[in-house]
Amino acid sequence: MMPLAIGLGVVLVLVILYMIFRIGRLVDVAKGKKEEEVNETTNNNQAYLLLLFMVTSMVAFFWYSISHYEEYTLPVAASTHGRATDGLFWTTMWITVASFSVIFIVMFWFTFKYRYQKDRKAVFFADNHKLEIIWTVVPAIVLALLIFSGLRVWNDITSPAGANAEVIEVVAQQFAWTARYPGVKDKELGQVNYKMIDASNEFGLNLADGNTHDDFKSLELHLPPDKEILLKIRAKDVLHSVFLPHFRVKMDAVPGLQTHFKFVAEKSTAEMRSITGNPNFNYEMACTEICGKGHFSMRFPVFVHESIEDYEKWKSSQESWLKQNPEYMKYVPANLKEAAMIKSGLYY
Amino acid sequence: MATIDVHSHVATHSHDDHGHEHEHHEGNFWTNYIFCQDHKVIAKQFLITGIFWAVIGGTLSVLFRLQLGFPEASLEWLRPILGGWLTPEGKIDQEFYLALVTMHGTIMVFFVLTAGLSGTFSNFLIPLQIGARDMASGFMNMLSYWFFFLSSVIMFTSLFISTGPAGGGWTVYPPLSALPQAIPGSGLGMTLWLVSMALFIVSTLLGGINYITTVINMRTQGMSFTKMPLTIWAFFFTAIIGLLSFPVLFGAALLLIFDRSFGTSFYLSDIYVAGEALPNQGGSPVLFQHLFWFLGHPEVYIVLLPALGITSEIIATNSRKPIFGYKAMVGSMLFIAILSFVVWAHHMFVTGMNPFLGSIFTLLTLIIAVPSAVKIFNYVTTLWQGNIRFTPAMLFSIGLVSFFLTGGITGIFLGNSAVDIQLHDTYFVVAHFHLVMGSASFFGMIAGVYHWFPKMFGRMMDDRLGYIHFWLTFVGVYLVFFPMHYIGITGFPRRYYSWTNFETFSGFADLNMLVSVAAILTLSAQAIFMFNFFYSMFRGKAAPANPWNSTTLEWTTPRNPGHGNWPGPIPTVYRWPYDYSKPGAKEDFIPQHIPYSETPESNLPEENEQIKLELGSSGAIAGNSHQH
Repeated sequence: MMPLAIGLGVVLVLVILYMIFRIGRLVDVAKGKKEEEVNETTNNNQAYLLLLFMVTSMVAFFWYSISHYEEYTLPVAASTHGRATDGLFWTTMWITVASFSVIFIVMFWFTFKYRYQKDRKAVFFADNHKLEIIWTVVPAIVLALLIFSGLRVWNDITSPAGANAEVIEVVAQQFAWTARYPGVKDKELGQVNYKMIDASNEFGLNLADGNTHDDFKSLELHLPPDKEILLKIRAKDVLHSVFLPHFRVKMDAVPGLQTHFKFVAEKSTAEMRSITGNPNFNYEMACTEICGKGHFSMRFPVFVHESIEDYEKWKSSQESWLKQNPEYMKYVPANLKEAAMIKSGLYY
Repeated sequence: MATIDVHSHVATHSHDDHGHEHEHHEGNFWTNYIFCQDHKVIAKQFLITGIFWAVIGGTLSVLFRLQLGFPEASLEWLRPILGGWLTPEGKIDQEFYLALVTMHGTIMVFFVLTAGLSGTFSNFLIPLQIGARDMASGFMNMLSYWFFFLSSVIMFTSLFISTGPAGGGWTVYPPLSALPQAIPGSGLGMTLWLVSMALFIVSTLLGGINYITTVINMRTQGMSFTKMPLTIWAFFFTAIIGLLSFPVLFGAALLLIFDRSFGTSFYLSDIYVAGEALPNQGGSPVLFQHLFWFLGHPEVYIVLLPALGITSEIIATNSRKPIFGYKAMVGSMLFIAILSFVVWAHHMFVTGMNPFLGSIFTLLTLIIAVPSAVKIFNYVTTLWQGNIRFTPAMLFSIGLVSFFLTGGITGIFLGNSAVDIQLHDTYFVVAHFHLVMGSASFFGMIAGVYHWFPKMFGRMMDDRLGYIHFWLTFVGVYLVFFPMHYIGITGFPRRYYSWTNFETFSGFADLNMLVSVAAILTLSAQAIFMFNFFYSMFRGKAAPANPWNSTTLEWTTPRNPGHGNWPGPIPTVYRWPYDYSKPGAKEDFIPQHIPYSETPESNLPEENEQIKLELGSSGAIAGNSHQH
C-alpha cells in the first residue's frame, strides 16, 4: 500500500506543478503581456541572484575551509619528502585560491554590473594585445615557477635509493596485502617466480635461491624510523596501488612489473599518537587502484618503530617463512639443504 | 562549389514553405525521421539519444551516491528494479557498485558528452553556420548515427545480463578487465563493452571525417576561415582531435580483445589468479594505460572544446559584444588541441612509468593551463561593459565558465607530479574532472539546447522553467562536487564502496550525505528540463526566425529550415560573426550576410576598403581575412 500511496502523491504533486505552469502561461496571455525584447525585471533578478550566489559561495568556501581545517587535512606528513610535497601543495593552494577568488568575484561582479539596461549600449571592444599578452605571460611565469619547484621535489623523490636503504617487499593480491622482509641473516630478498605460487607459498619463493631461506612474511608493515626505506612493490593478479596517506606515498602494484617507492618515515607510531592526541592512532595502507569487489577493504596495518634497534629486534624475532612451512624443504636443492636448515632457523 | 549548386537545385525543388520541418514532397516517415540524411534530423537523433543516456548515466550515479551517502540505509524498495543486485540485507552488491561506477563513467564521457554534444551540435550547426546545404556526405552522416545507435543498444543490453556490465572502471585497465576470474563484469559484460566501443569509434570517425570535410570544403562564399564563428572552429578542432586519437583506443581495445579471447599477452604477464598461474608472460598493463590515455586525454578536449565553442557564441550574443580576442580564442583552441596529444601520461605519474617521463609530462601539462587561462580571461572580458541578457542559455554559459575556472584551477595541483602523488585517485581528482570536464561540458550542451532550440524545433522553450532548471542545477552541481575537494585532500580513495574499514577515512559522513542529497536534487531538477524540452517542442511559443538578434548565418534561415536549409540561394558572408553593438550601427547587431556597403554609418576605415571588393566581385573577398 505504502509505495502506491507515495506513487499517487508524486503524481499529484506533478499534476499540481503542471497546473501552476499552465496557469502562469495563461495569465501571461490574458494580461496580453507585451513582447518586449528583454524583460528587465526578470533580467535584473537573475543578475541579483548571480551576485548573491557569488557572495554566498565565497563566504561558505572560506568559512568551511578555515573552520574545518583540522577535519579535512591529514596530520603533519610523517615522511621527509611528504613535508616537501605538502609545502608544494599549500603553495599551489595559495596561488590558486587567490587567482580563483579574484576571477570568480570579478566575473560575477561583471554579470551584475553590466546587466541589460534599455538605454545602454555595450562597448565594442574586440581585442587588446597588451591585455592579452599580460594574461598569457603572467600565468606562464607563475606556472613555470610551480613546475620547477615541483620537478625538483619529484626528482628527489624518484632518484634511486641508496645502497643502505631498508628493502621491504609489499605484495598485493585480491584483496589483501602481505609484506616480505629479507631475513636478518643474509639481508637479501630471495628470488621469486609467479609460477611457484601456491596456497602456502604465496610469494612464489624460488627455494633454489638460498636468499629465500630466511625471508619472512608479515601481515603488518613494520618500518624503521629515520632510515631510507625502499618499498619494492608487486601484484599477483590485477593492478593495485600502495597508498600510505600519512607518508604521502603512492605507487601502483603492477603484475609483471616491479615498482618501487623510497621514503623516510620520520615519525614513529608512538610519536604520531602524541601529535594527533589520539592514543589509538594507527598508520594504515590502502589500495587506490580499482581491483575488484574488495577494493575498499584492502587495509594493511602499518607500524613505525621507535628506534632502529627496536625495529631490528622485531625483525630478529620473526620466524622465517621456511620455518613456518617446513614441508617446503623438499624443494630446496640437496646441496643447500644443510644451509637452509640453519638459515631458516629450523636447526637451533 | 559544385556540390552546393547541386544542392541548391535540389532545394528549390524540394522546399515548400508551410512550416513543417523536413517536409519533402517525396519521402515517408522512415526516410524523414529514421534513416534520414538531413543533418538537422541527425542532430536531433543524437540529441534525443544523448538525453536518454544522460538520464541513465545520472540515475546510475544516484544509485551509488545512495550507498556512499547513506551506507546504513536499506534499499529494499529498489528491489523491484535491481533484484539480485541488492544483497539480502538490502544494500547494493559490492561488485554491482563497481559496475555502476564504470557504466556511469562510460556513458557520461562517451555516450552523453561525446556523441550527445558533438553529435548534436556539430551536425546541427556546421552546415547552418558556414552556409552549406548539408554535410559533405549525408549518407556517412546517417551511418554515423546508426553506428552510434547500434553501439548504444549493445551497451544498454550489457546492463541487463546476469554477470553484470563491465566493472573495471571506465578506463577498463587490464588485467582486471581481461580476467573474468577477477571480477564477473569482465566476462560477457566486458565483451559487450568492447564491441560497443568499437562501434562507437566507427561512428565517431564517420562523423568526424564529415565535419572536417564540410568545414574545409563547403563554406559559403565569403566565409573565410577567419570569419567562422568560434563554434565552428571548436567543432573543427574537436573532429580533428577525435580523428587522430580514437583509432588509438580502437587499437587498445583490439589488443585487449586478443588478450581476452585469443590467448595473446599484450597486457598480461606473471599473473596468479583464482588459484592458478596463467601462462601469459611478457605483456605490460602499463602499455594499455599509455594507449588508453592517448585517446583518454584528448577525449577531455573532445568533450570540452565544443562546449567552449558554444559558450563563446552564446556569451557574445547575450553580452551584445564581440567575443574578446577572437584570434586568441582560436589560437588557444589550436594550442590546446595540439597539446592535448602530449599530456596523456599525467594520468600515470604513479603507475610505475619511468619518472623521467613524469617530469616531461608535468611540464607539458602545466603549459596547457596557459591557453585555458587565456580563454577564461577572454570570457570575463567579453562580459565587461556588455549589456547582458540573462537568457537560460546565457546563464548556463556563465555556469560553464564558472565550472571551467573552479575545476580547471585544481588541475594545477594534479598536473604537478610531486603533488599528484598524494592526490592521485582520490576524491580530489573526482572533484576536478567532474567540474572541469563533466559539468562544464554538460552546461555547454544544455546552453546549446536552450539557445538553438528555436532553430531546431521552431518554438521557444519556456524561460521561467529554464531559470528554475538553471539555479537548481548550478547550485546543485557545486554542492555535489565542491565538498569532494575536502574529502580528497584527506585522501579518500575513489571507487570505494565504503570507507569505514579505515580509521584514516572514517570522517565526512556529513559531507558525503550532503553530496548525495545534492546529487539527487540535481538529477531531479533535470526533469524540469525534460518537461520543458518535450513540452515546448509541441506547445512552445512560435519562435521568430532570429529570436536572440544574433549575427550568424543559421538565423537567416526560415523558422523551420527545410532540407537544404535556405529556400533561396545561400547567403554570402561579408563580415566576421561578432559585429555586436558596433559604434554607429542602427541595431546592436549586424548579421554576417550584410555587406559593408549597406552599413556605411558603422564601418571602420579598413572596412570601407572592403566595399570596393564587394562591388567588384564578391568572390574575391573570400580569401581576404577580416581585419579587427
